[in-house]
Amino acid sequence: MKHMRSCVLSLLLLNVFYNVVSSLYFHIGETEKKCFIEEIPDETMIIGNYRTQLYDKQREEYLPATQGLGMFVEVKDPDDKVILSRQYGSEGRFTFTSHTPGEHQICLHSNSSKFSLFAGGMLRVHLDIQVGEHANNYAEIAAKDKLTELQLRVRQLVEQVDQIQKEQNYQRYREERFRQTSESTNQRVLWWSIVQTLILVAIGIWQMRHLKSFFEAKKLV
Amino acid sequence: MIMFEFTLTSMTTKSPTIHNYTSHKKMVRSGFYFEAWLSDIRMYGSFRVLLQVLSAQLLCVWVLGSELTFELPDNAKQCFYEDIIIGTKCTLEFQVVTGGHYDVDCRLEDPEGTTLYKEMKKQYDSFTFTAAKNGTYKFCFSNEFSTFTHKTVYFDFQVGDDPPLFPNENRVTALTQMESACVSIHEALKSVIDYQTHFRLREAQGRSRAEDLNTRVAFWSIGEAIILLVVSISQVVLLRSFFSDRKTTTTRVGS
Repeated sequence: MKHMRSCVLSLLLLNVFYNVVSSLYFHIGETEKKCFIEEIPDETMIIGNYRTQLYDKQREEYLPATQGLGMFVEVKDPDDKVILSRQYGSEGRFTFTSHTPGEHQICLHSNSSKFSLFAGGMLRVHLDIQVGEHANNYAEIAAKDKLTELQLRVRQLVEQVDQIQKEQNYQRYREERFRQTSESTNQRVLWWSIVQTLILVAIGIWQMRHLKSFFEAKKLV
Repeated sequence: MIMFEFTLTSMTTKSPTIHNYTSHKKMVRSGFYFEAWLSDIRMYGSFRVLLQVLSAQLLCVWVLGSELTFELPDNAKQCFYEDIIIGTKCTLEFQVVTGGHYDVDCRLEDPEGTTLYKEMKKQYDSFTFTAAKNGTYKFCFSNEFSTFTHKTVYFDFQVGDDPPLFPNENRVTALTQMESACVSIHEALKSVIDYQTHFRLREAQGRSRAEDLNTRVAFWSIGEAIILLVVSISQVVLLRSFFSDRKTTTTRVGS
């Protein structure tokens, strides 16, 4: 019975471990850098989980975990300032909170320190990015604050509404920028057409006067 | 992700609420029949708990939803893969945010390579399907028709339904009115967030077009002013050169 129990336990943990980041995956080359853009309001938490698998040419399949293979994660804020730049192992989890609203760039590339590992192959990267309310771990919150089911639901609703409110604020800021750009375009078009007309008229007058004086000098007129 | 946390806590912590759920023979969704079989077999309490949790793990549909925005360079193709269990309802939604004519090719294939969805030069679309086979589904976005414009593509790939909050895992009784009200508010808020995302993408698209227009107007106006000046001055110079004092040529032309 004890043996069976440990067997089941290990199977459970294995299953759990395997399923941790078995979400969407894509292939990345050796020196390739893959960037993802997240347009988020400020004070929003983002949790990213990734898992890498290397293609084993001999067995012609992807190995579950490879030692010594790391991923370099770089996060840039909308002003192109680096807010997170760290190297993680073949499996990792990165978290950051935005302080300015806008487009944040999350870039991943592998640290190809061991060229022999790659040998022209592809690396499979499982990635999962949770934004805002989805980044909350409700099981943990419920256990920590000892909430009943109803309280937990209401807490979730509060978080969702919070996210909506932040997004609306961000929307207002973006609309302002859009309006500024449109007004600037409008002004530029207006000014340019006035200036163009003036230039045309001025050049026309100058041309005629200059040519007239030229021909008078040449005694052709 | 949430389900994983739940099982770990049930294994590690001995908090009364969670332990109560698992020790009572509550049925886990889609683990129903296996649970019934388990309850027939006489086993020790904790081992049964373990098996129940394991069955919940293995038999429950793993719910995943991924939403990403990435940049697709010109002449490039980017593919994403996902393992889906048969019978799961999935939705793929994509929208081109910036770049060129705001269109991209999209293709969705099932594990055997059959194309389930294929559209060329689409700006945005939504496609729902039910997985008919177990395996790895692949969807690709291609910008191979474009020569020099980079495109930013947003996609949202939902697999299955959203996971319920963890205390709801072993629910047998019906929801109270408060709880069902909470559920409906949650669904409504989810659709609000969804609309907000679409609106944000549209706004980003509009803003990128407006900024493009602004820079184009700036460059064009400066360029045209310079061209005007250059052309008019060169016209005058050219005309003068026709009537310049080259006595030999003018006399020849005259006679």
